[in-house]
This record gives sequence, structure tokens and C-alpha cells, in this order.
Amino acid sequence: MASSMRGLSVFISDIRNCQNKELERLRVDKELGHIRTRFKHEKGLTPYEKKKYVWKMLYIYMLGYDVDFGHMEAVSLISAPKYPEKQVGYIVTSCLLNENHDFLRMVVNTVRNDIVGRNETFQCLALTMVGNIGGREFAESLAPDVQKLLISSSCRPLVRKKAALCLLRLFRKNPDVVNVDGWSDRMAQLLDERDLGVLTSSMSLLVALVSNNGDAYWNCVSKCVKILERLARNIDIPQEYTYYGIPSPWLQVKTMRALQYFPTIEDPNTRRSLFEVLQRILMGTDVVKNVNKNNASHAVLFEALALVMHLDAEKEMMSQCVALLGKFISVREPNIRYLGLENMTRMLMVTDVQDIIKRHQAQIITSLKDPDISIRRRSLDLLYGMCDITNAKDIVEELLQYLSTAEFAMREELALKAAILAEKFAPDLSWYVDVILQLIDKAGDFVSDDIWYRVVQFVTNNEDLQPYAAAKARVYLDKPALHETMVKVGAYLLGEYGHLLVRRPGCSPKELFAVINEKLPTVSPPTVAILLSSYAKMLLHTQPAEPELQEQIWAIFKKYESYVDCEIQQRAVEYFALSQKGAALMDVLAEMPKFPERQSALLRKAEDIEADTAEQSAIKLRSQQQTSNALVVTDQIPVNGSPPVGQLKLVKIPSQNMETSSFEQRRTETYGAVNKVDPESSPSVDLLGDLLEPLAIEGPPSVLTATEKGQGLEANPNSPGALVLASFSDQPNTVQPTINIAERFSALCLKDSGVLYEDPNIQIGIKAEWKTFHGRLVLFLGNKNVSPLISVQALILPPRHLKMELSLVPDTIPPRAQVQCPLDVVNIQASRDVPVLDFGYKFGTSMVNVKLRLPTTLNKFLQPMTVTAEEFFPYWKSIPGPPLKLQEVVRGVKPLSLPEMANLFGSLHLGISQGLDLNPNNLVASTTFYSDNSRALLCLVRVETDPSDRTQLRLTVASGDPILTLELKELLKEHMISIPSITPTAPQGPMPTPLQLDPPGALSIADDPGALLAALL
Amino acid sequence: MIRFILLQNRQGKTRLAKYYVPLEESEKHKVEYEVHRLVVNRDPKFTNFVEFRTHKVIYRRYAGLFFSMCVDITDNELAYLECIHLFVEILDHFFSNVCELDLVFNFNKVYLILDEFILAGELQETSKKVRFLFKFY
Repeated sequence: MASSMRGLSVFISDIRNCQNKELERLRVDKELGHIRTRFKHEKGLTPYEKKKYVWKMLYIYMLGYDVDFGHMEAVSLISAPKYPEKQVGYIVTSCLLNENHDFLRMVVNTVRNDIVGRNETFQCLALTMVGNIGGREFAESLAPDVQKLLISSSCRPLVRKKAALCLLRLFRKNPDVVNVDGWSDRMAQLLDERDLGVLTSSMSLLVALVSNNGDAYWNCVSKCVKILERLARNIDIPQEYTYYGIPSPWLQVKTMRALQYFPTIEDPNTRRSLFEVLQRILMGTDVVKNVNKNNASHAVLFEALALVMHLDAEKEMMSQCVALLGKFISVREPNIRYLGLENMTRMLMVTDVQDIIKRHQAQIITSLKDPDISIRRRSLDLLYGMCDITNAKDIVEELLQYLSTAEFAMREELALKAAILAEKFAPDLSWYVDVILQLIDKAGDFVSDDIWYRVVQFVTNNEDLQPYAAAKARVYLDKPALHETMVKVGAYLLGEYGHLLVRRPGCSPKELFAVINEKLPTVSPPTVAILLSSYAKMLLHTQPAEPELQEQIWAIFKKYESYVDCEIQQRAVEYFALSQKGAALMDVLAEMPKFPERQSALLRKAEDIEADTAEQSAIKLRSQQQTSNALVVTDQIPVNGSPPVGQLKLVKIPSQNMETSSFEQRRTETYGAVNKVDPESSPSVDLLGDLLEPLAIEGPPSVLTATEKGQGLEANPNSPGALVLASFSDQPNTVQPTINIAERFSALCLKDSGVLYEDPNIQIGIKAEWKTFHGRLVLFLGNKNVSPLISVQALILPPRHLKMELSLVPDTIPPRAQVQCPLDVVNIQASRDVPVLDFGYKFGTSMVNVKLRLPTTLNKFLQPMTVTAEEFFPYWKSIPGPPLKLQEVVRGVKPLSLPEMANLFGSLHLGISQGLDLNPNNLVASTTFYSDNSRALLCLVRVETDPSDRTQLRLTVASGDPILTLELKELLKEHMISIPSITPTAPQGPMPTPLQLDPPGALSIADDPGALLAALL
Repeated sequence: MIRFILLQNRQGKTRLAKYYVPLEESEKHKVEYEVHRLVVNRDPKFTNFVEFRTHKVIYRRYAGLFFSMCVDITDNELAYLECIHLFVEILDHFFSNVCELDLVFNFNKVYLILDEFILAGELQETSKKVRFLFKFY
């Protein structure tokens, strides 16, 4: 210290000599008081004293005390004319204040003057402070000046390297304020710089610029490669920039990082030079004794690995990388092992090396037991990433085992990941149930509700699974010291499906009740609520009623009627009242209907965890670019032969499914009380969430469809009757479809996702979303075999009223992969014709060709709406008769109750307007039809039924377009005469109102002048 | 990018703290406390990397002092680990055989040196012969 600041040293010594925290605080308070008084009477303060006090303040601040005054003094030093004061002002300000502080405004001008002034030392101080804390205001007023300094030829490197990083800071924080148009040439020039300090800083700047707008900086690619050559090959740098013999490892790393933001390197010469350098790094990095040298060379090596992966190098180089990583994950040195695991995980994200990595599975599992949590985390990530259907059992079992010993910090993540893997790759669903129940048993505290909701969803949707799950739950409930989550799942499953076990020992209703009821006194209110529901369900399922059980359950309901929690109270009262009236109980407490398929909340949760980084990660950018492509190859589809319920494909595609939402809503209404059991597991009308809804190619609905059709109208949709699947085919192919295509088609007319076609080799799923006259379908072509399907062809033959565009379908579908093909539809006019998909492929020697109707039916372009009497009648009356209003007496109608018909209308996107027709046997519905020609058209429908003869009815359809009226009438007729079964839901008591997801019904009228006029009339 | 740099001793006393992201005071105290807890009990045989919230901390221990850098999850760990060492070499060069006390009594100089070494959360100068422009008065 040129002049040692005695006062400061004395103060620091004093603090050090304090015996305890209390004395230290006293000393600090005393000093702060002293400084405060001195600052108050600023007149007598010499510059030296001012500096001393500001340093002391910083020291006190560093010790962790609040310093709530004196900021002004620190900031004002910046404006001092002399260097020593200015220096202290800048340094202390940049430590004490952050970019949001108001005081900074006062010095913007001074800082600017220092930057544009001639004094080099002042420039450095100002650039340093702005670089460290600069915010928006600095960016607005200083960016152009800083840019000038960076490219100025008269400035020394010392200033320019600071200018580069200062600009980086301003740009990162406020890219909109800093104008970098045309900077690609400037950046290219900067990369020619000989001074390594300026070059290092400029490279950081380039990374920020290129991650923001990759396309603009192409001209920098060859420069970056030159720099790498200069460093790694020619070692053409001053001695002081080599670090343990390695030419600036940091600059090498940064340069390779920058290159990862360019999608490819096209110029063959540049590419060759780069690969030469990379090859040299990959081969020439040896393990050495000196720790620092080792670290530095491996820092370069790992960055080179990342770049090689990014560039999708030739096979040979890739396998070199994998081999290196394989070596790293088995070394003793913890840092290298950690990085080996981490980079293997990254590698999985960009290239297809799953099989090679699987060879190291045992080694990776060993790392899961490492004492260092950092390594265990990386190992967990890697196991999670490399898991597929072939190794899921092993990996999940390892995770379960580890769960019992893992520290708390990891358990939740571990439980979540195990649950996701079990769901994604379950070889069979009973295994999945086993895993989740084990999870709950071993780590109940760390199993979020989402996990057990999910298992309930699966069991509900898969009948085969229900007895198994119930039996398992029964076994667990016998265990002592049960986690409460297990009580919830157990009670829920036994309530729903306990009756399926009735013949097994220990599973009579009474015994089930006893084992559940044992838990009642010790559980928390939310669980009590579930238990009450499950008692009510038990009452329902015990037919004929057992008076003794009934008495017991009633007693409990009675007891909870006055419980303090109103949810429980309400349930108790309602269940008690309901259970007194047999029939109503049946309706309200019927088995839960299937959950609409949706993306696992778990998966979403896992995806939500997002890192916060200064620059977008190159890998992520790349994977985003990939998903915008038509092809997304996902994991295996189970081979045919395993039960269809095993197919849980989670493929992300955007969808906003109206039908699902209205279905959910309806269900919520009907099952009000029961549904409250788990408001989260019953899908909420969460449009955002539904954006990520998956296609789930479900099996069971088809089975039910067949059953219902086969058994005719008497069939109880809930009867777990014979599940015979009549398979017929009119295809001349040798490969026969394994499903009924016609039924699939009719089912898909009423819903938006499901399987369109399936044979032993391929499964074609469809998922659609509709918005006014636009539609977006995605076809999922899943190869079920272990060998590829070749010569794949898909042609769309659209009818005249639709414009359709199918994205490219690949020629080959890899083994066990799924390919997505989006298909855009625009509706031009009303018509019942549907497009045909001409699909073919070759498997082995057999050519398969099928023509499939696509469910792009008229009703998909309808949006239900409810109208009031004031809107309805004037319009209805304004349309006098044919051809705008058509009426027909339809005979041979499937006898449907009114609620069932209303349901059907709901599925067809017609909104029922209740109470408009005074006759209770009539239905009035309205909807809006969208097409490119006419935009929105209001359609009204009236159905008059005859209670004495349900096989006939009178149908009247009215709209502003004669073609639409005719087509809609015919469509309705088709559906009424031969009703394609809709998803069997429980018989519904009160008639459900189809949800109006789209309230702007009035708005659509306003859009349509015809309708508006009609409404006025 | 580097989010912050901390120099702490084994008792958790902060000897130097430099933040390159705007944090509230209370948040800074929390961060310093948490990072200390995170690194102080780790076995010397463990990795020098540990996850911290949505970032990771790269740390190294020199005698009783922990040098910790919080960086992005995608950053190159070893490069930052050696960055710490380079910083220590620079300090060592400047104070000739640096010890904790040097840093305590000359904390103001350490800030000046750090500013020549790292700026805006990025490495500025990697030469061991850092030419110090600044003077002390």
C-alpha cells in the first residue's frame, strides 16, 4: 500500500480482536456512528478521510452488517477529479449497489464523460463498473460509446478488452437497447486480434451474440477455427498465456463453445481443419500427475467432446468419444468421473449412442452408490436418460433400492424419476403398479400427490389391471406403520375395485371395510374424506346389502355429519342421504369413468425444472430446432402380443382439445362429490396443461366399443362382460389389421385422438385439434417390429371441400420408433365427405396397402353454443322453410333417452339449450359452423321425440346455407340411426349441459352479417 | 457466466464477495450462508463441483480458505476450477506467498485485482503477468 491506510488497518485489527459476535457488533456500531457524524459535517472531511470511511463501510458491509447510509458518499466519489478518490468511488459503488439502485442515475453523466474522455485510467474504471453492474439506463446512454472504444484503433488492448466485456454485460441484460446490426463484420475483425486479453473478452462477447442470433455471424466460423489452430496446433501465443504448458485453455474452451452455436460447418476446408484440431485434442490428451495441468487439458478435452457431438462427426470420431467417456466414468479421479457421467448424459440428448452406453450400465450404477452426492446426481441423470424398455426393470429396481438409503435432498427427485421411468417403460402395467406402491411404501413422504394420482388414473383406464391393483393394495394395507399416502391409494382402489376381489380370502366387503376403517382414527382430514368416499362405494358394491356393514358405515357417516372440516361434513351428509335411496346412489357413485389421456403431470413436472443460464444452452437450442421438424423419433412401442394397455406413449404435441375439456367439465358436474376426492388428478380445465397432452394410443375403448356393439342396446356399458373382439377385414393384404377399422373411424368421429389403424407391424394413431375452420391432425406411425419398415408411403386424397397438406412422410420407419406426421386441414364448405389416406409400406417380402378414412367430419368444424330464447326464436322464425330449413321424420332410430341423445349431440359439437322447448321430450341445440368460404354460420337443430315410440323422431335443421342445412341433417341422421358408441360413461342422473368452452358465441354472430341480420329480424 | 465469487474461511467468514448478478442484501447473506454450508463439509476426495439451486458451485480449498464460483449449469467446470487456481496464483504473485491475513487487511486491493481478472462475470485476462494499471494511494 503506497500509503498504508492506518485507520483502516487499525479498524480491521480491532474487529479481529473482538472475542465474540456481541463485541464485534458493538465495535461496528461505534464505527458506523463515527462515520455517520463525520459524513454529516462534510466540510472538514479531507479526500483521504472520505476514502478511508468508504472502505471501512465496505468492510463492514462484507462482514454481513447492513450499511444503510453512506451510499451517497461512495457514489459522489466517482465524480471526484482525482484518480485515487475516483477509484475508490467506482470500486465501492460496484460492490454496494446493484443495477436497480436510484443513485446510479446521478452518475450516468460522469461515467459517460470518463468513458469518452481521453484519460485511459478513467476509461478503465468506468468500463469496469458498468461491466459489473450496468443496467438499462447505462445501456441506453453508453452502449454506442462502448462499442466505439472496442473497435477503436487508437485504444490500447487494456481498454478494449474491458470495453468488450462491458458491452457483453449491456447486451446480455438489454439486447433490445444495444444495437448490434452489422456487427458480424466487426466481430470478425476482432477475432483477428493478436492480443490474447482482447481476444478472450471478444470471444465471450461472440458467444452471447451468436446464441442470440446464430445466423448473423457465419463469417466468424472460419476465424474461430483459425484461432483454435493457432492455439492448439501452432501454439503461437506469448509464454505468459500458456497455463501449465497449455495454450490458454480458457480461450480454447470459449472458442469451441462459440462454434457449438452454429448448426453445421459447411465449408469443407474449414471443417477439415477443425476436425484435425479436434482429433489432436481427443488423441493427445493424457492423464498427467500435475493436477492443474490435468484439469486444464481435460477442460479443453471435454469442450472438444461437446463440439464433436454437436457437429455429428463421422462414426469413427463419435465412437472415439464414447470410448473416452467410457474410460472416464470408471476412473478414480472424482472430477473426471463426474464429467464423464455428465457428458454421457449430454451425448444421449444429441446422438444415438444408447446401445454403446448401455454397456456401461453396471459402472454407472456403481456411481449411484458413490459417497459424493454430486456424482450420485450425475449418475441418476444418466440412468434416467439411458433408460428404455429393455433396461427399465433393472434401472428402476436399482433406484428403488437406493431410495431407502438416499439422503433427503435426493429422495423426491429419485421418487419422481423412478415413477416416470416406471410409467414410460413399463413392460407390463402390473409391474408399474408394483413399483409405485413400493415407492409409496419406501418413501411416502417424498412421493408427491401427482404420483399416486397417476397410478389411480392408469388403474381406472385399464380394466385388466383393476383386480390386480386392488389385491396389491389389500396386501399393503395389512402392513403395520403405513404411510398415509398408502392409506389413500389403498382406500381409493379398494373402494372402486374391492368388489372384484370378493371371492378371495380376506376380501369380503366386511373385511375390506375393517382393514380400511382401522386407519380412520389416525389419518388427516383429506384422507378421511377419501375413506368416506370409499365406504360409500363399498355400500354400492355390496349387493345385496349387508345390514351389518350398512349399519357400521351409516354410523360413521352420522358421526362425521358434525365434523369440523366442512368438506368431510358435506360428504358424510350427502353419502348418508344418498345411501338411503338405492337408485340414486347407483347413479352418483358409479365407477369412475376413464380419465382422458393426458401427459403425465410427473413428466411435466420433470420438464419444468429449467436451468437459468446466461446464454441459451447450445444443446437445448439444437433440440428445439429438431422438434420443429416433422419427425420425432421416440422410444419403443411394445410389440404386438403384449396387452394393448401397455402402450403408454408420451409424445409431445400441442393440442387444445375441446372435447376433452367439455368431457372433463361434464364429469366434474356429474361426479361432483366424488370428484372432489382428488381435484388434481381429475384433470382441471387447464388449457396450458393440455398443450402438452400426449397421444395415448389406448386399447380398452375399442374393446368396449366392440362389446357394446355386439351386445346391442341392452348391453350395460359397465358390465365387464366378454371382451370378444370381432375382427373382420376387407383388405386383400396378407397382413390383416388387428382392429376393426370401421369402428375406429366412427369412434374417432366423436373424439379427437385414438388409434386409426393397427396391424402386427404398425400402429397408426391420430390426434387432432380443431379451431374454427382450421384443423391440425398428427398421424403417429409406430413401427412395432424390431426391424425397420421400408417404402413407407402416405398419400392424402382430399375431397373437394377440404384443403389438406401432409408433411413429408419418411421412407423408412426405424425399428420400434414412432414418427409424427402433421397434417393441416382447411375447411372450405360443408360436406359429409371425408379424406382418404392411402397408406402403404413394405415389411419383409409383403407389401401392405390400406385405404383409411380420416375422421375429418363435418362436426369437427362445429363449435357448440347455447343461445337464449331471445336469440333463438327470431332466427328460427326468420328461416321459413326449405332449402334453408329442412324437416324430416326419421324412423328406425336407436332408442336413446334424452340425456343420451344430449350426450351424442355434445360429442358432435352441438350445444343443447335447455328449457327453450317447453315440451320436455324435445331437444333444441345450436352450434356455429366454420368454413373458409362463409366464416361462421349459426345452425339450429330441433329434435322432437315421441316418448311412446323411441324409434322415431322428427328432426329439423336450420341454417343460413342450404348445403350446410342438408349436410348437417344427413350427418345427424347417420349418427342417430346407427349410433357409434361413445365412451361409455356411467348412467347419468341429471342431464349434463355440454360445456361452452367458447363463450364468444355472441361474438361469432357479430362476425357473421347474415346471422346478425337474421337475429335482428 | 460467473454469477458470484466468494472467498470464505472455514468458519464461514466472508473475506471477499463479488456479485455479477443483482441480488437483494438479504439474498446475498442467504447465498453466502448456504454456499458455506454446502462446501465446508465436503470430503477432500469429492468432486469440486456441487449443485446450488439452479446453478452449480465450483469450489476449491486453499488452506483454510474456500474459493467458490457460482456458474451456469452448462458451463465448463474444469475451466472455472482452473480459473480459481489462476486467481490464487495471481494473488500469490502479488502478495508473495499469500495467506488469509493478507486478504483480510488488503481486501480493497483484492477487489482491484479481481476486477482486472474477471469482468461482467467473464474471464478478462488470463496472463499470469497481469499488468496492473491501478496504483494505491
